[in-house]
Amino acid sequence: MRRENTSRWPYLALAGIGLATIPIAAGMNATRRRRERGNDHDSAPGHTARRSFGDYQVVGRTVTIAKPRAELFAFWRDFSNLATFMANLDKVETVTGDPECSIWHIRGPVGTTYAVETRIAREIQDELIAWRSTEDSEIDTEGRVTFEDAPGDRGTRVGLIIAYKPKGGKIGDTIATLSGRGPEMQARHDLKRLKMLMETGEIATPARTYADYNKEDPR
Amino acid sequence: MRALTWHGKQDVRVDTVDDPEIINPRDAIIKVTSTAICGSDLHLYDAVIPSLVPGDILGHEFMGEVVETGSASTLQKGQRVVVPFPISCGSCFHCSITQYSCCENSNPVEKQDMSEKLYGYPMAGIFGYSHMTGGYSGGQAEYVRVPFSDVGPIVVPDHLDDDDVLFLSDILPTGWMAAENADIGPDDTVAVWGCGPVGLFAIQSALLMGAAQVIAIDHYPHRLELAKKLGAATINFRTTDVREALMEMSGGIGVDAVIDAVGMEAHGFAIDNMIDIAKQTIGIGADRASALKQAILAVRPGGRVSMPGVYGGMTDKFPLGALMEKGLQLRTGQTHVHRYLKDLLAMIEEGKVDTTFLISHRLGLEDAPTGYKNFKEQQDTWTKVVLKPGMMAGA
Repeated sequence: MRRENTSRWPYLALAGIGLATIPIAAGMNATRRRRERGNDHDSAPGHTARRSFGDYQVVGRTVTIAKPRAELFAFWRDFSNLATFMANLDKVETVTGDPECSIWHIRGPVGTTYAVETRIAREIQDELIAWRSTEDSEIDTEGRVTFEDAPGDRGTRVGLIIAYKPKGGKIGDTIATLSGRGPEMQARHDLKRLKMLMETGEIATPARTYADYNKEDPR
Repeated sequence: MRALTWHGKQDVRVDTVDDPEIINPRDAIIKVTSTAICGSDLHLYDAVIPSLVPGDILGHEFMGEVVETGSASTLQKGQRVVVPFPISCGSCFHCSITQYSCCENSNPVEKQDMSEKLYGYPMAGIFGYSHMTGGYSGGQAEYVRVPFSDVGPIVVPDHLDDDDVLFLSDILPTGWMAAENADIGPDDTVAVWGCGPVGLFAIQSALLMGAAQVIAIDHYPHRLELAKKLGAATINFRTTDVREALMEMSGGIGVDAVIDAVGMEAHGFAIDNMIDIAKQTIGIGADRASALKQAILAVRPGGRVSMPGVYGGMTDKFPLGALMEKGLQLRTGQTHVHRYLKDLLAMIEEGKVDTTFLISHRLGLEDAPTGYKNFKEQQDTWTKVVLKPGMMAGA
């Protein structure tokens, strides 16, 4: 199953990210891919570079999960599962008659919520899912999750990269970060929750009572 | 239920709080029958560990009866269990290679940020030991919620008393792992700094592992006496030149392995804080730093340094040159308790390990604040305090 929809991603491709458009060809390892992109001096992932991506903020994080690739892919691909581990995601609605489209209800800072219509941009079974917000969405964002076999029997490397144009520009982004809801921290926390859920079947909580749990539960 | 709660520096109280409930499928609720005050609890008592919140229930050494189980728990109501102090999921990479105290999934996500910044990686969850290690309610209470109850708790046979098996929760495996980390061979002389509970169990373990000679170092006469009863030679550092004595007692070769069971809990974690706090507490800080320094200088070239003592922050004037030039091996870490439970329980049953000699005081839970005060202020004679929630106050 391979789908391509590359006509709408000019911004981040120009900024050197192009999440949805980077080809993940079989047998082509990550290091080589990056070298071919040009001016990188080391073999670190592009999103760790100390550089600006224009109006876009880019966050990325990789986590190794001791579960098979296919299982993790299937869990993620059912977008209704995302709200179980993504703290700022209220829920994901499917769109009738359009399997590539879904509406993500995202919690922003200070009690705001945004509806983001998201369309799958690229999908490779058990390897990659990339998505992008449609032009009608309240937030301009795109993301990509990749699933690679980890060395030995360590499971699967799950890499998440999200690029977004901060609502309210840089100031809005700073406020989000200061209020502990910055996307960098969110991405890190979300992937840790995914790891917990997939490896242990539950998400760790220090709550002693249900009352505590409902108070502290960020979801 | 009643529980020992922290309210501030040297201010712990027994309060009435909400009973724990099953939250996650793998949880169990334990009715506590015995719980101990650990030396490391004193650092919480003294408020030198950050991220405690008033009302937090302390305690990470506990055992009791299973009274409730989640849908995925493998325990059964009525079983008697001892619970390891680190919380471990049993299925992450670290748990799969028996590095249980490095579990990646037991410290709730929101609580991981602090240790991740300080150490580069988050710590695992620990019962009743500040919010940096999860903010879990501890075991100095009538009831405890135990996550991952299918992995941690070990069922103990009825013919063994609580006092025989309680220390499986922490200090016995901690002493055992300390000796294991010292990589002891049959002709070895091993020196142990600190004759607190962990040091004393490290002495027993080193002898069981076949050390030819174990030398215990402390300054409390009663604690040195306990070490001697276990079969160790002793050095009182108040009255003896430790390095000189160790050299002579090892025939001029030097000791083969050293165990630092003193520890130096960080006096504040931020880098800028460290310097100020070290200045404020220069007497104690200098004494404690000297134990590890002394151990590293005293061990023979090619020897081993085992560090069960708890450290949280940073130190300066660390003898890095001695470590490298002498070709020393340094091993340390929070105890992978789960790894040792089965073997140590068998050794208790066979009478190879004595655990009860350590207990100096048994108190009701209501008397816990007294236990803390005396454990801190009368270290010579208050060697180990066990709290019994079922026991009347003042009994």
